[in-house]
Amino acid sequence: MDPTRRISRVIDPKIRHVGFFAPQSQPGPSESPVMIPLPDITRAIQVPVGDFYHRRSDYDVVRVGSYDPSDSMSSRNGDGEFSEDSGIWKLPMSLPSNGLDKLAARNFPFGAKKSPHDEKGDSPAQMSMKSVLNPSKEKTTKAERRALQEAQRAAKAAGKVSKAERKMSSAAATGKEASVQIGEVVKNSRQKKDVLMASFEKTIGNRPPEKDRKKDVPPSRMQFDDKSRVDKAKKHSVVKQVEARNRVDYFMHLPQYERGTQHPDLETKFFQLNHIHPAVYKVGLQYLAGDITGGNSRCIAMLKAFQKAIEDYSAPLERTVNRDLIAKINSYVSFLIECRPLSVSMGNAIRFLKAHVTKLPPEITVSEAKASISSNIDRFITEKIVLADRTIVKHAVKKIRDGDVLLTYGSSSVVEMILLQAHELGIRFRVVVVDSRPKLEGQALIRRLVRNGVSCTYTHINAISYIMHEITRVFLGAASVLSNGTVYSRVGTASVAMVAHELRVPVMICCEAYKFHERVQLDSICCNELGDPRAITMVPGEVDIQYLDDSVKNNGLQHLNLLYDATPSDYISVIITDYGMIPASSVPVILREYGGEYLFT
Amino acid sequence: MPDVQAQVNDFVVKLQKRKIEGSKATAKLTAELLRSVISQQRIPHGSNQAGVIIEAVRGVGEQLIRANPVELAVGNIVRRVLHIIREEDLSLTTATIGGLSVSAASDDEDELERGDHPALSAAAVAAASRSTLRPPSLQTLLEDVPHSAAVPHTYSSGGDSEGKSKSTDKNSRTRKLKHNIIETVNELIQDINTCHEQIAEQAVEHIHQNEVILTLGSSTTVIEFLCAAKEKKRSFRVFVAEGAPRYQGHILAKELVARGLQTTIITDSAVFAMISRVNMVIVGAHAVMANGSVIAPVGLNMVALAAQRHAVPFVVLAGIHKLCPLYPHNPEVLLNELKSPSELLDFGEFSDCMDFGTGSGSPLLHVVNPAFDYVPPKLVSLFITDTGGHNPSYMYRLIADYYSADDLVIQRRPSS
Repeated sequence: MDPTRRISRVIDPKIRHVGFFAPQSQPGPSESPVMIPLPDITRAIQVPVGDFYHRRSDYDVVRVGSYDPSDSMSSRNGDGEFSEDSGIWKLPMSLPSNGLDKLAARNFPFGAKKSPHDEKGDSPAQMSMKSVLNPSKEKTTKAERRALQEAQRAAKAAGKVSKAERKMSSAAATGKEASVQIGEVVKNSRQKKDVLMASFEKTIGNRPPEKDRKKDVPPSRMQFDDKSRVDKAKKHSVVKQVEARNRVDYFMHLPQYERGTQHPDLETKFFQLNHIHPAVYKVGLQYLAGDITGGNSRCIAMLKAFQKAIEDYSAPLERTVNRDLIAKINSYVSFLIECRPLSVSMGNAIRFLKAHVTKLPPEITVSEAKASISSNIDRFITEKIVLADRTIVKHAVKKIRDGDVLLTYGSSSVVEMILLQAHELGIRFRVVVVDSRPKLEGQALIRRLVRNGVSCTYTHINAISYIMHEITRVFLGAASVLSNGTVYSRVGTASVAMVAHELRVPVMICCEAYKFHERVQLDSICCNELGDPRAITMVPGEVDIQYLDDSVKNNGLQHLNLLYDATPSDYISVIITDYGMIPASSVPVILREYGGEYLFT
Repeated sequence: MPDVQAQVNDFVVKLQKRKIEGSKATAKLTAELLRSVISQQRIPHGSNQAGVIIEAVRGVGEQLIRANPVELAVGNIVRRVLHIIREEDLSLTTATIGGLSVSAASDDEDELERGDHPALSAAAVAAASRSTLRPPSLQTLLEDVPHSAAVPHTYSSGGDSEGKSKSTDKNSRTRKLKHNIIETVNELIQDINTCHEQIAEQAVEHIHQNEVILTLGSSTTVIEFLCAAKEKKRSFRVFVAEGAPRYQGHILAKELVARGLQTTIITDSAVFAMISRVNMVIVGAHAVMANGSVIAPVGLNMVALAAQRHAVPFVVLAGIHKLCPLYPHNPEVLLNELKSPSELLDFGEFSDCMDFGTGSGSPLLHVVNPAFDYVPPKLVSLFITDTGGHNPSYMYRLIADYYSADDLVIQRRPSS
């Protein structure tokens, strides 16, 4: 008689669930616009999306975004090896405080307040137990509980993986023993936590605890207007960068270098540098020269180089393997940063790698460690990049229909794959490639597209308002998607998205989830990368502009070669990731739900 | 007469081949051409003299407009000249009606200065009469009822009033009409030449200390405007978007740096990134339409949208010759022009791609290179013309002062 009230009563308890909660009974239709299939991509790939939900029994982790601990626990291998992961976890003191702070925040989302220096004495696992069992933590809020659950779930996943590896490499029994023990502890904690949960049932406070909040703050980046730090960094640097002649005031906090001049110098250094592996050195030079561009290819190149470096690694006698490896990786990374600032994708990959290395058990032999790291790097590449791309393509192709006119900007590898796949499927569509100076990446893209028989239109970014009238969909790539929904991408993307938004054309951002980052950004000034200013001075065509190059030397004409810009989230219709198609507002949800995965897989 | 026709043909060819760049140069050349057309036009005695000149100008104007319909400055100048002819005719007629003393006085002066430099008084009289006799002006409506009543009468029946005047007066009147028209056209040319000076004078009122200004492409008006502010000891910073595909922004930047302004060149794609730090966008225009919209160099719609997003004032500088009395319809297509693809792609480099389409019949690769952008009135904050600053919503009225309603459609003869 009173349907509204009944409905409201049904909905009532769910209101507190934030994020993607699919009710258990509801067999989610696979065409649902927002779909977050599995945290585990390999499975999502193996199982076609259509019969995804019918194979529940085979692939037991199906429930989307569920937090029911019994579900998430039972669905995975029972014996958690949580403490094994973090038991040996120690903070290397030599780190430049960049990745590891975050790592720490990741590793202990429970809110252990102790500074890494203090906690040397007691193992983090114990600490975490304490934090769980500690009655003084009664006031934990929902967010905290969730973080805890998440961490445990991630720990499970990690345990599963490492267990599989253990089997492969026929590990020693000791490790297993330990794992069983710890598993019990974890089980205990789980029970305890269930009790806690029950007791918290009525607490509604959504104020995140101070500790959590503090840990969420990412470490500050190097600010290049800080003279003393810059000078200090310069002393250690291998790459002698030439500072741009006329630096732009607004970007004093960013490195402004002229590129291309230091190449011969670096090539001669090749044999003098012992601490940097040749593979890494080569990749660094390729970044410097701009031979490798694009978030994915840069990330893959870096990981492959690290893999090679680690294969050639020989352990020192006096240090433990993982500490030494972390130090090595750090030195490689700082070299790569000198060559070109890291992309977000690379930063995330490094975080993943370091997390894995720190997680290695102390008793592991060097060869085992190497094999484990190497296989993990391979897995990261296949899962997070290759298979993620494939999933994105699968999702995005569904959005392309006959007669569509698609627009893309610059050259994004995923978008290119989408277009080629759609063409292969026989969809008749046209592509407009918008390009801009100085990189003109679109030219290479149209060449590849035309070669594959895709009908293309090429234009420059100024003509975007003209061409947008005939466009039905805009597909854009992204260097990163930030936690406030801002898309950080090749400079010009924001303009394209803005014009598309103005003319009511849907804007679809294609971005792998490993490029998501918890940083927030409102404008394109605070955090950006500057390219070689001299690239701007080389103007095609017109002769009378050419001699501008000389005049630069004399007077204060500044050239600003901005590489990225931030697209506000309200211009974006949908973000296509490997977890499905999500609105920009759901990025922090993805980050929270699956963020730990980078570290614990 | 034949050499005028040759000039006209020459100009038409130049317009067709797009040899003349920029609305200012085009406007000036058009005005000069029309001036020689008028001066060489033989005017018959007796009947409607102004009508003959109008027909001649209209005929030439039609050819010119057809040669390059996108260059609105041509049409603007043709309309301006037609308007001038009508007004001069009108003022002369009212002068003869109003009082013989005035006409005699001006006649004397006219005779005196025939050999010397241009008559100032004639110009003054013309200007004065222009201001009082402009048909739809609020001023005439309010203050002078008999004049406005007289307007339609004399206007429609030029022959009547002609008949009333004495036959001895006819010869001098013919000369005088032509003379006055040419004088006013000269004035117009001078106006076109000096328009950016007048615009630049207003610069200090709009630019303050430490302002950050963004502009795109190159425009002499913008250069003059910014430099005028610089000369008045304002120090500010300019971001110049280079303006693909012609990259005129580099020329502008070079010019500004030479005059001591702090200038930064950015790519067009970085406009959205930088606009959050910009206080004002100042750009030139290709043409200003009667609804307050702007036909601007390509890329400016993007800039205007970004400016609107960040609540940055978007200021358009436009000389009077850019004010077009037409209302745009589908301006992105109809008032646009597609330039050569070679500005974007190197034919040599992409010759292999060009061949791919031949098998299937239609080419696979298209290159779009439009020349202009349409900026709707809602995106424009302010127009600065040589008569001062104006709102987009007021442009129709400003424009109405310069053109007569009869001339809006130049191509009036469909086939006859």
